[in-house]
Amino acid sequence: MAGSATPTSDTPVLQIENLRVSYFIRAGDIPAVLDFSLTIKAGESYGLVGESGCGKSTVAMAIMRYMGIAGRVVAGRILFEGRDMASLGDEELRRIRGGKIAMVYQEPYSALNPSMNVGSQLMEVPMIHEGASECDAYDRAIEVLRDVRMPDPQTVMDRYPHQISGGQQQRVVIAMALLSNPSLLILDEPTTALDVTVEAAVLDLIDELRRSYGVALLYISHNLGVIRRVCDRVGVMYSGELMEEGTIAEMFAAPRHPYTMGLFGCIPTVGAEKHTRALQPIRGQVSLPHQRLRGCVFGPRCDHAQAGRCDQGEIPLVRTDGSGHQVRCLRWNDIVPSVARATGQADHGAGDEVVLHVDGMSKFYELPERSLRALLGGGAVRYVKANERISFDVIRGRTIAIVGESGCGKSTFAKVLTGLETATEGSIELHGRNIATIPVQQRSSELIRTLQMVFQNPDGTLNPSHSVGWAIGRVVRKFGLAKDADKVRARVEEMLDIVRLPAVFASRKPRQLSGGQKQRIAVARAFAGKPNIVIADEPVSALDVSVQAAVINLLMDVQEKFGTTLLFISHDLSVVRYLSDHIVVMYLGQVMEMGPAEAVFRPPYHPYTEALLSAVPVADPTIEQTHIRLTGEMPSIIDPPRGCRFCTRCPRRIGEICDTVVPPEQEPVPGHRIRCHIPLEDLRKIPPVFTRVAAAAE
Amino acid sequence: MNDQATARQPAGPGAASRPGLAARTLKAIGLLRESKAAIIGVGLILFWVLLALLAPVIAPYDPLKSNYAALANPGMLTPGHLLGTDHLGRDMLSRIMWGARTVLTVTPVAILIAYVVGITLGMLAGYYRGWVDTLISRVSDIILSFPVLILYIILLSTVGPSVFNIIVAVTLAFAPGIGRIVRGLVLDLRTAEYVAAAQIRGETGPFIMIVELLPNARGPLIVDACLRFGYTVITIGVLGFLGLGLPPPDPDWGGMVSETTALITIFPHMALVPSIALSSLVIGFNLLADGLREISMRD
Repeated sequence: MAGSATPTSDTPVLQIENLRVSYFIRAGDIPAVLDFSLTIKAGESYGLVGESGCGKSTVAMAIMRYMGIAGRVVAGRILFEGRDMASLGDEELRRIRGGKIAMVYQEPYSALNPSMNVGSQLMEVPMIHEGASECDAYDRAIEVLRDVRMPDPQTVMDRYPHQISGGQQQRVVIAMALLSNPSLLILDEPTTALDVTVEAAVLDLIDELRRSYGVALLYISHNLGVIRRVCDRVGVMYSGELMEEGTIAEMFAAPRHPYTMGLFGCIPTVGAEKHTRALQPIRGQVSLPHQRLRGCVFGPRCDHAQAGRCDQGEIPLVRTDGSGHQVRCLRWNDIVPSVARATGQADHGAGDEVVLHVDGMSKFYELPERSLRALLGGGAVRYVKANERISFDVIRGRTIAIVGESGCGKSTFAKVLTGLETATEGSIELHGRNIATIPVQQRSSELIRTLQMVFQNPDGTLNPSHSVGWAIGRVVRKFGLAKDADKVRARVEEMLDIVRLPAVFASRKPRQLSGGQKQRIAVARAFAGKPNIVIADEPVSALDVSVQAAVINLLMDVQEKFGTTLLFISHDLSVVRYLSDHIVVMYLGQVMEMGPAEAVFRPPYHPYTEALLSAVPVADPTIEQTHIRLTGEMPSIIDPPRGCRFCTRCPRRIGEICDTVVPPEQEPVPGHRIRCHIPLEDLRKIPPVFTRVAAAAE
Repeated sequence: MNDQATARQPAGPGAASRPGLAARTLKAIGLLRESKAAIIGVGLILFWVLLALLAPVIAPYDPLKSNYAALANPGMLTPGHLLGTDHLGRDMLSRIMWGARTVLTVTPVAILIAYVVGITLGMLAGYYRGWVDTLISRVSDIILSFPVLILYIILLSTVGPSVFNIIVAVTLAFAPGIGRIVRGLVLDLRTAEYVAAAQIRGETGPFIMIVELLPNARGPLIVDACLRFGYTVITIGVLGFLGLGLPPPDPDWGGMVSETTALITIFPHMALVPSIALSSLVIGFNLLADGLREISMRD
């Protein structure tokens, strides 16, 4: 039935049968995909989920027959509209790529040619694929730009990629993919590089376009919340194999495979009350396809694996019922999903000693003006107001999160706090002493020890030339915690133990470690000097979900152990919700709202907070979310709005006053402050973003 | 006692964590085998290094001593003088061997000093940027704007040829170029988060430059150093040819070429042999550089 050469209405758009792909390198062949099958019908949206290295991008590349010299399809078939992709000649293949099958990549900026304007890149598609005239191509480009909700398409056509924002770039890439009227659109993590509000808008767009264009989607992502929003069916991949497949409703309500359950256990749910459910990381590391053992690939990490049963032969993919739900697990029927347990960390009644008092802190950067007039002293000096009048208190032993989209000034704040930059105005008092204007070179060793930091990028955070032991040992020595070699080594081993790594790791170099391990070392290094405050700048955003959960739990454990105050900088509201006590929401260098986590996640909200919460992709099917989307672009920080910073995009703007008058700070309850013109009683009437609905049938 | 402890427990932090020097050298040699170019390069270099080392033992004559009997017919190949004698009756073979000694001592010293100066300047410019960078970069530009050979001729004809002056001249000519490479590498490396981590830890500028940045810049610098070894060998040869090299009577390949050019039509081998010596050593260094680059590209 699959081999029929003539496409009929019920021929699936894409059918992959027992696909096996290997990479052939000097060391031998490395299987990346093993026995992978999937079927996508016309107009259907299929989500492929998995962690890095599980082979999901290889599948996408195999569909396009674009695997470089090293990759090859070893077994199985890929049928596109009933035709075997392997049988196509180069010319046919070229016509299908970008014509019938189009692709959207993760990084919109590198998917566009920086030296061609948007218009010519778009017009190229119909001109090459269909031989359309330039005039026709122009009209179609404009039309499709309108379809992707691009404001002012005529102007955008003349722009170059660097002149438009990341969200707009991704819209252009999607427009380019749609121009040839493809029957299959492959999207490989298309929103991962975007801010959460932009992501929400792009996801809405994808969902809407697939209905209007009737195109089938293969949506690759590691984010279950995103998949839930745009897909009909979902497949979970692990180590080159499909572990489970089913409709969104089935899979999210009742996952059957322990790995799928594990993935759900790893993601913090933004709608749940804080600390009601502990994150349950999947132990161990993703085993790469070539390290696989006999039997179940997930076996070594599975809590339900039975020796002598799960580690024997091949595990077949079985149907759980009449519908399409399939699972590759011998025990799918007798596993009871582990019940979510509460964290042990519930409200530790830490005191109310203020360790950090930020008062009206501002950081302005002078804009380098290189024009002749500026050199002659004519023009007024312009400033980038990266941080403006920021005030909040941090209580000892608590976690405070600074949340906001890129460009909101959260990293600038961290720089001023650590002394890499100095404040222009205002003060930051640490134990009663103003440190805002003391650069790090002039800080005492004691003060430096007090404030340490964990960084975002696991690959950049450790010096590749030095061993792990050196990196931690240097901190110990530097702050005089231990002097002689034996004591330093003992302290290093103690820190490694605290971050749950064996002592032998001391002699490893960073390139021998996985991303999660590197981030653990970064945590160990930050805590090795017994700091009072640790700043964590997006410490988990570059990690896979299963590792992310482990690192978050670790960070919370270490924090509790040392009674450290944690300043957590993030754009991920679910993570923030999970671990923070206080939240500061920033937009364009200003604090929009701040208060206890519970208060910030409940009305009254600042309209910006409301929009942020509404944009978070939620994987939990028992949570319903309101639909608020921001329009327009974030204004330039060089020339921000005069009144409320958020007025240009605010869906609840009340009038002139928002544009011209700086909004007052309102305090619905002590400690919870909202900077908005809307009267409190009106803000209180806003319905909550998250509501719990009755759990789906199970 | 402490040393013993570290030896017993190689898992400890810091220096104790590195595998032994011998093991690492062996591993490096093992890697070299992956490139044919590197093997040939190393072979050529080793050949000359061995000759230079063994010159006092295997050279048949004193390179400075004239054989008055041979003075009448320079260039003639005789069983006593396999490569003949020069215009002063000195044995050519011995002079080639001793000449290797000269070039292989002056070159590494000159390169080392040029690198110390170049790395220092490049690090300062790349790490501190601002006016330090402007000053260092502009002065470098001025030096780099001279054709190298003219720079050497101006310098050495002013201060006179000597080993010390040649080293100073090589340093002056090479340091700006090395500085430029280092500056570029540092500008890229300094944005890494481990540098920010070091700054937040309160490390000083020199510490960050030497301990955090320099080890990560070493790859491209080693390849560059091999190339510059070759250039320096040529330079010393050319200077010798122009009479600005090492002062006579010390054997010097470049000088030997120039001394024998008068007889080149009758006895071409007299100029050819030192020229081949010179170019084979240069080719050796270039091949090693190519090989190293090839190997480093693979990983």
